[in-house]
Amino acid sequence: MSDLNTAMIEKYRSSFLKEVEANVEEGEWVKMCMQCGVCSGSCPLGKHWDHPPQEIFMMIRANKRDEVLSTDSMWMCTSCYNCISRCPRGLPITHIMHGLAVYSKRLGLTQKQQPTAQFSQIFWDNLMKKGRVNELKLGLSIYFKDGFGQGVKNAMANQKLGQNMMKAKRMNAMEFFSGHSVKDLSGFQKMVKKAQEIEAGNIKDFK
Amino acid sequence: MAKIELSFYPGCSSQKGATSSNYLVSAQTMCEELDIQLNEIPDWNCCGASIGYGGGGELPRLALSARNIALSEEHNSGQEIVATCAACWLSTREAKERLHEDEQMFKDANAALSEAGLKYKGEANVRHMVEVLVEDIGFDTIKSKVKKPLEGLKIAGYVGCQTNRPFGIAGESFENPQYLDKIVESVGAESIPGYEKKVQCCGGALAFSEPEKSQEMIKGIIEAAYDNGADMIVTPCPLCQANVEIYQDNINEAYGTKFNMPVVYYSTLMSVAFGRSAKEAALDGQVIPAKQLQEIADK
Repeated sequence: MSDLNTAMIEKYRSSFLKEVEANVEEGEWVKMCMQCGVCSGSCPLGKHWDHPPQEIFMMIRANKRDEVLSTDSMWMCTSCYNCISRCPRGLPITHIMHGLAVYSKRLGLTQKQQPTAQFSQIFWDNLMKKGRVNELKLGLSIYFKDGFGQGVKNAMANQKLGQNMMKAKRMNAMEFFSGHSVKDLSGFQKMVKKAQEIEAGNIKDFK
Repeated sequence: MAKIELSFYPGCSSQKGATSSNYLVSAQTMCEELDIQLNEIPDWNCCGASIGYGGGGELPRLALSARNIALSEEHNSGQEIVATCAACWLSTREAKERLHEDEQMFKDANAALSEAGLKYKGEANVRHMVEVLVEDIGFDTIKSKVKKPLEGLKIAGYVGCQTNRPFGIAGESFENPQYLDKIVESVGAESIPGYEKKVQCCGGALAFSEPEKSQEMIKGIIEAAYDNGADMIVTPCPLCQANVEIYQDNINEAYGTKFNMPVVYYSTLMSVAFGRSAKEAALDGQVIPAKQLQEIADK
């Protein structure tokens, strides 16, 4: 358990809702949920959520902090925005789910092997290197995320797909060595670093 | 028709050697025919797409789009920003709205941008290419440009998620949008307004991290196209296109199906119908060849 998590438990022992409102993207909307369940019924991966969004909203209000922050339900969100467009009260549910996922990860409570959490970080790290995504390296990072042996197996299993994409010129082996980049990479990286510092600082304010 | 000038945000997947490089080629061809000039935003960066949130959080993610908007405001001043990619459009527009609604976030984003010597004002409109087609160009003009009608083709309009929600196209419903069907009709093909999977999610980025769950949904999207007698699927979204096209072998293996359904962009259809070559329509970028379009283009 991370220090930040311990600190947050101390601070918000009595109210997980307040913690969510303070530290989760769009968290101030949670109290507006009227428990109609349209979001849960609209989710394309709904059957794979241990706790669908409607349930998560109620669990937050019922102070079920551990259960909410340790479930991997939020990582089932495909960002299809069905829930947002259908919610009678206009809750930005997609963003709240993303926010909860990020907060759980920040506190060190996300399961290490959660595939979408892993992919999300791989994607972000990939785009941070050059300011633009290097699709070839992204694909390879996913194949090899569980080690070299599994990586070779994954690459072999998807060999035909890769060949098809190369043939259509929609995948380029040269991306491994160079690849696309923003020109002002240093400015880009400084900007992101600053944004990360500000965001981390905003969380500390509520300790 | 007066020339339309737009500040263009192409996005990572449209770059040379990337998954939707064929989208860019056909979109450029389409724009030439419609007298639309695309002025690329200089030095644009990735928007974070729909999956970057998990590594980026809120402000760093929004800063990515703020940088693109700031660059556009500086170099393509007075022009509307337009994206062909659904995620690029969504992220950019979402960032603009969030920074508009949240004063502190606006200040924080500008504090980050100042590290790169940039300033975000948030004045530029952010639109998707299909909005330009539907609202500025219009179906009648599209129809008037057709030299080779796509007669005899039945095409399922797969709108997908992010071109449709949460912003969507003005005047269209989230649940049953019609504009893609109207584009199909405008280029002389037969549309399938009752294609029930038109706004079904393909899994998006989870096609990489949760392939089985995503492919189950993709299977439904393709199956419904076959059930409706479609010759091919058309979509406005690069990730929808890739997900629905390239995993058909995997799905056939897992489910014993025999899918071989071409998936193209609206810009592919329009480029062919406007009389341009197969290469200019980027038909060579199909993993599953769109043979009927190829024949019309070669005529």
